[in-house]
Amino acid sequence: MIQSTLAVVVPYWGQSLLRVLGGLVAVLLPAGTIVYLFLFKMMSFMQSRLGPMEAGPYGSLQLVAEVGKWMQKEDIVPQRADKFIFKIAPVVVLVSTFLLVVVVPFGPDAYFTDFETGVFYALAVSSISVLGILMAGWASANKYSLLGGLRAAGQLIAYELPMVLAVMGVVIQAGTMNMQRIVVAQNAGSMFGFDGLGNPYVLTQLVGFAVFMISIQAELTQAPFDMPIAESELVSGYMTEYSGFRFLIFFIGEFATAGVFAMIASVLFLGGWGVPFAWFGWTSINDVADWMNLVGPLILLSKMMLVVFIIMWVRFSYPRFREDQLQRFAWKILIPVSLANIMVTAVLKVAL
Amino acid sequence: MAKIPGLVKGLGVTFGTMMRTITKGANTVQYPHEKEIPPIRSRGVIALHQDNCTSCMLCSRSCPDWCIYIEAHKDLAPPRREGGKVRTVNKLDRFDIDYALCMYCGICVEVCPFDALFWSPEYEYSEPNIADLLHDKSKLSEWMETVPEAPALEVGADKKKK
Amino acid sequence: MTLTTDRLGDRQKLSYIAGQAADARVNLELETEGMTLNIGPQHPATHGTLRIIARLDGEQVVWAEPSCGYMHRGYEKLTEVRTYPQVTTLVNRIDWLGSFANEVPFILAAEKLMGVEAPPRAQWIRTILFELSRIANVSLFLGDLGVQLGAITPVFLAFRDREYVLNLIESATGGRFHPNFDRIGGLKEDLPAGFIDETKAVMKKLRNFCDEIETLLFGNEIFQSRTRGIGIIPRGVALQYGLSGANLRASGVDWDLRRDQDIAMAWNKVNFKVWTHPDGDSFARCWIRLQETREATLIVDQLLDGIPSGPVMAKVPKIIKVPEGEAWVSTENPLGEMGYYVVSRGDLGPFRVKIRSASFNNISITPWLLRGVYVPDIITILASLYFILGDIDR
Repeated sequence: MIQSTLAVVVPYWGQSLLRVLGGLVAVLLPAGTIVYLFLFKMMSFMQSRLGPMEAGPYGSLQLVAEVGKWMQKEDIVPQRADKFIFKIAPVVVLVSTFLLVVVVPFGPDAYFTDFETGVFYALAVSSISVLGILMAGWASANKYSLLGGLRAAGQLIAYELPMVLAVMGVVIQAGTMNMQRIVVAQNAGSMFGFDGLGNPYVLTQLVGFAVFMISIQAELTQAPFDMPIAESELVSGYMTEYSGFRFLIFFIGEFATAGVFAMIASVLFLGGWGVPFAWFGWTSINDVADWMNLVGPLILLSKMMLVVFIIMWVRFSYPRFREDQLQRFAWKILIPVSLANIMVTAVLKVAL
Repeated sequence: MAKIPGLVKGLGVTFGTMMRTITKGANTVQYPHEKEIPPIRSRGVIALHQDNCTSCMLCSRSCPDWCIYIEAHKDLAPPRREGGKVRTVNKLDRFDIDYALCMYCGICVEVCPFDALFWSPEYEYSEPNIADLLHDKSKLSEWMETVPEAPALEVGADKKKK
Repeated sequence: MTLTTDRLGDRQKLSYIAGQAADARVNLELETEGMTLNIGPQHPATHGTLRIIARLDGEQVVWAEPSCGYMHRGYEKLTEVRTYPQVTTLVNRIDWLGSFANEVPFILAAEKLMGVEAPPRAQWIRTILFELSRIANVSLFLGDLGVQLGAITPVFLAFRDREYVLNLIESATGGRFHPNFDRIGGLKEDLPAGFIDETKAVMKKLRNFCDEIETLLFGNEIFQSRTRGIGIIPRGVALQYGLSGANLRASGVDWDLRRDQDIAMAWNKVNFKVWTHPDGDSFARCWIRLQETREATLIVDQLLDGIPSGPVMAKVPKIIKVPEGEAWVSTENPLGEMGYYVVSRGDLGPFRVKIRSASFNNISITPWLLRGVYVPDIITILASLYFILGDIDR
């Protein structure tokens, strides 16, 4: 991938190093941007206040200050906690995010790996965080954390299914599970012969998009599905006993996962890194110009910001569901709707 | 017309608030760059007009927290007219108000018969050390400069009989 | 659709049966069944230092009991050694959100013993400030309700609009939270110029705020499914436990001391509606408080239009010694019915004051109400009952 863009020969260890650094940037940079723009600024504007303004111009360095603050705090491990599991639980949650970003394409040649079953891999890997949350809830030796962890386990497993079923509609329509080819299918395609907009699956798979957005809201334990955290009842749910650097990993992990899920949503539904090929007269991926490798990530980032805006907007506006209402919503409403979506997509794909 | 679900209308409220904050500014005051001016009657700090005080101890006695400390001694003052009697006056030695205890209730100001205590809206006198909140009569007299004029009264009020 | 409404009444029966079954289980088996969870005293959800000891079975509550007293400040003892103006200062701090409302019944009781009545202008201004305290208190409740249930935005809107009311109170009395403005025989001083016009503008803003909260919170289907059918208090039970205020009116009892009592305040000079709701669930309690806030703004508008001119202080001696006797006065405070029983022996200060605070009686129903509910519902029920710790513990 890198060898075709740059004119130099980079040895394998150099390529791997570049991939690792690229992965860190691809996860942490959106996380930082999301935290600043949406958590500090957008939430504040929705609440008639200005948010952090002192650290840096317009408060842009607030995240740096927060990171510094969390890192210098005392690292407390409760006395009766299961120490080993307590310490690695946040890492497990963050690992699933990094594993997830590996399969997201950033440009025609800018990707980490190109799996044939990219979608399958992404959905499978996103459930590793459930383990981490359960570990955190149990190992904290705190009744509140245990309640939070158990609620999280039930909720996250319940909302995996609608997520998978919603994505199935996209896979049927694209005919492939390869993320790069899904992007190309959307941008090179046409709607009823009009190819000025490509064929973004958000229009044909509107139901699937809605189900997917609700499912990722639940997977991220954001309101209205934040029973596991439930600040006014469980003080922080499974994160209660964490302080210092470990809490920082949870915090950044939450927003990094939001960013990566939003990237996957924009790849699957909004057309990923590309603009409709018809604007430039390209017909297939080989025609795409090389500068798209630099512009593509920016386009993907802006689409990701749009999706995260919607996620955060809903988060700041709605109260939370109760656990049994949450489960009822997933099993009795979302799954039948997404199954119906798959049937309709399959029928129309064959018919049209 | 179809009823818009409450969920969507709620989103509209937050979005509207956000746009209003972006275009018209926030409702918060950016202290310390901007400072809000408190109303005239605001109970910020108590100021002492030393010349009026006769150390009658009324304020000290009526304080619910007993946070006013007064010490005085008697002194001789010259007679008012030639050939008159020598007068004894009270001279203030110590008039301390402990602002760590003060409840800002205003009973001392109200009860003083000689108009020696006044309210002032000054509020920026916080100290890092709680013992430094015991302010003596020189500091209390300094605050007399910040005491505002009493505001005009509303329509229908009785005129003061002073 | 099961998302929005549970069948009302079913929940109450279910909770009763669940409570019986849970009792049976707990009595037969060892203590190892279930988990004991301490909610509080340090907890984001309780309005202060209230401790609820709950025995859980999974997510269901088997047995719950509130344990209050963490904030007991000994008010009734403090009043024994202070004079009447000093007690007025202290009493502001019982229900610290609607603070002017605490002074009024005490001063009215003292005036009753002395046999003086405040002049009409003082009575009207007292009523205006009382209703402003009610608005300040209940608008915070509306915002806080969102936070308890997970919506983080309404509380900021509530604080923003409550600032206007607090600024009004500060311009008139000098203190935002603790006005200390009532005196035996009237008020400390008159209103400043411009108060009437400013207050009218603020009341308009508050009505907009009520509309905003109604759209953002009450119209939300998730909020409705969280509060409808939860924590139903039947009418008879509410009367037995001595609930008061909006909690009582939400169970269908038409009881409002402002309208039914004849005391020296200006409520009988204005028209206002007393809101009741037949359901008795959490949604009813919250909804009634929203309507009461709107009603309070309308009351203030009517009062502002008709303030009589005149003095604000009756002819009382400088050093007030209240004659011997006992008097009981209670008023419809923002939290419920608050009353003072003042015993005087002819001194500068009261001999004994008994304070009947609304929240203490309001939370007495929680052991009965919390059996069989889920853990999130505990928070919903406590939020809808609305107590202030200073009011419970005094």
